[in-house]
Amino acid sequence: MKIEIQHRDPNQIMKLSRLGCFHQSKLSFLRSFIREFKDWKFKNELFELNEEGYGTAVYSVSQNDRTYSLVCFANTLDDSERSDRVIATKWDAAFVIHDGLPSKNDIQRLRENVPKQEVGRCSFKELALSRANRSVRIFNHVIDSLSNGKQPDKKLLTEVGYLYRTTAVYGSGKFGLADRYRIKDRPEINGPFRIEMMLVYLVRQFTFDQVNHIAHKKNPNKSVKLDLELSRQIGIGNSTGLGMAPFIINHPTLLHQWIYVREEALKQIREIKNVKKNEIEIFKKFLQLSKKNINNWNTDSEFQNIKITQLKEDIKKFEKYYLCNIIFNKEYFWNEMYQWVEKYLTHEGVEYVVSLMMEPYDNIINLLVPQMSSDEDQYFDIPTNRSTDQLKSSIEKSYPNIIKMDFSADKSNENFWYISKNKEEPRLASRFNEPGAELEQPLAIARDIKELHIRLSSYNNEELSIFLEENSDLRHVVRRCHIVEKLPYAEIQDNSIGSELMPIDMLRLKLSFFGAQKFDPRSDKWLRICMYQGAPLMHEINKSNDTWIYN
Amino acid sequence: MQSSSEINTISKRAARAVGYSWGVAEEVGKCISSIEMFGISGVENLNNYFKTIKDIEPEGPKQIEKNNKLNDKSLCPIYTGLKLIDNYKSVDRIKALTFINLDYPLLLLPFVNKLSYLIGKRIEISIDDMNVECNLNICVLADHQIKSLIIKKANTVTINILENEDSFSNKTWNELYKMSTETFVEETELSKQTGAGAGLRDND
Repeated sequence: MKIEIQHRDPNQIMKLSRLGCFHQSKLSFLRSFIREFKDWKFKNELFELNEEGYGTAVYSVSQNDRTYSLVCFANTLDDSERSDRVIATKWDAAFVIHDGLPSKNDIQRLRENVPKQEVGRCSFKELALSRANRSVRIFNHVIDSLSNGKQPDKKLLTEVGYLYRTTAVYGSGKFGLADRYRIKDRPEINGPFRIEMMLVYLVRQFTFDQVNHIAHKKNPNKSVKLDLELSRQIGIGNSTGLGMAPFIINHPTLLHQWIYVREEALKQIREIKNVKKNEIEIFKKFLQLSKKNINNWNTDSEFQNIKITQLKEDIKKFEKYYLCNIIFNKEYFWNEMYQWVEKYLTHEGVEYVVSLMMEPYDNIINLLVPQMSSDEDQYFDIPTNRSTDQLKSSIEKSYPNIIKMDFSADKSNENFWYISKNKEEPRLASRFNEPGAELEQPLAIARDIKELHIRLSSYNNEELSIFLEENSDLRHVVRRCHIVEKLPYAEIQDNSIGSELMPIDMLRLKLSFFGAQKFDPRSDKWLRICMYQGAPLMHEINKSNDTWIYN
Repeated sequence: MQSSSEINTISKRAARAVGYSWGVAEEVGKCISSIEMFGISGVENLNNYFKTIKDIEPEGPKQIEKNNKLNDKSLCPIYTGLKLIDNYKSVDRIKALTFINLDYPLLLLPFVNKLSYLIGKRIEISIDDMNVECNLNICVLADHQIKSLIIKKANTVTINILENEDSFSNKTWNELYKMSTETFVEETELSKQTGAGAGLRDND
């Protein structure tokens, strides 16, 4: 008899402490980008850098009649001006993805705007915008080594993992960029953040070409090129702050699609009755390989180090008490294994194993990845013909933990989210110690849902339109209730303004879907990560397999 | 050029800044970006309207009726628009509505366009002497002149729900249908005998 597995309960999975334990998987956008684009043609179209590596470069990605181009502008930057913070106004390099091959006029227009980032303007012909700073220590070491005919220190390179760190990647209509609707029907970008992933991948190639160029110009007779194997071990760093956190609250339907697809993949895998021996071998192989990434995971963050230690202990326990005693012919192997993992491991370990369980199943994952986008407009309208009683019972079903929260205590209201005036970026502040709470962003969802539930109690099965007329201040959460009713993973089932909030959990959730590794929290509000470490290089992408992340 | 996403975000924030709730501001953002896509000056009208309401409390009709007006002030196009879409079933029953003294009436258009989608019928709006037709949130048919206008106030705005009726005669339809049948192929006896369901009695 076939067993039917239920999706995991959103009220457990959508807690921030759980979401903050997610890891990269086959669903991650870095990996799905390479799978989608591996058969495209990648080419360096222009490389006009001076001896010090400053100037313009263009890389193209094309197939049939479609071309995307990365336009790079490398600029001089005094060490004193280099800052990863979003308030910076100058960077070592600035990048844009142009739709098609840019003309000379396009490049000139972009040169005047792209290095200015937020204060410049792009057009609907541009799809993503970014900037990056050098890791000065690594960058100079690599140049010195290569120009002296030596390869750089592998240990140092692997430890840091990148030559450049991006400090923001913007898309979807920001600063004049093309709106998503203009390109959403293109099959190759029918997955979230495809263009942004393309940008980062091409920037990585630029960083290699730039160091090789500078080293050669510095010492033409003696210099060598960066070893290809070493290059593969270098990715692109990213400094990420709070800007990313509200995204997952502001895009509930998209959040649902990401989590739902992950849960559906797990469900389908647990429902496999006869698991093949080689599928278990693939799982075990990648578990072994992945340990290298965990062991190379260096951070000064005590918070993260506790989690890494938990993960290492979980894996040891899992290998010692479970994997050593596998009986291959048992039916529903994955389901039984998952049940053991859920019972004996911490959330770090559980979610790590869940990610690895996907590795043997291209057939399941490839069908699910296209579902990771969302048409948000479809869920915007409030069904005002429904009754207040219906809404109230819907809240009781969708938010059982939230309506039990006590928001009368100060600690439950400790923080508020706002948009900073100087850089128009999301920030978190203490409600009782800092000014501006009256300009709070609508991100205190749990508090407002609780209030909605209380106010609905004084209505007796009336039309929602009447309630909305009298409670306009809660309209935003009425909308969300109807979204969550249809899309159960759309909402974080936690208090996003309480004193115990760890915003870093929200960042890690999003970045795990990106496929980032080596989360390195620098405080509870920002972190550094690495992307594409181990990925195939541009010239060999067509020969790549999907397991490069374990290289 | 500002992207649709920027228009949405800035309109939403501005709406919140002048006192609308976040939920209403979200509707404003969507509406202004949609109307701009139809080439109508949503941003210009919104900006002008927001400048006028700094010292007054904007209001919509208390409830949707055949004739709608406020005694002491003009109607807010945003609250009026929300009232229409929140009460779309009542609006469909009333069929023809009048609004007296409506501020910045072009800001009502995206709400009426949404209303048209919700009730599944085309809607004709008259803003004093100008006529506009909203078509199921797919398009707004308006005189080209209206697109660049900033209209501060309309004395009378009427909304007529158009019933779903053909715009052509039965005779025309039959003629066209007849032409279309010329793409069909006559069935042979063999295909009748062997086609799906052949040999069965359907009254079993």
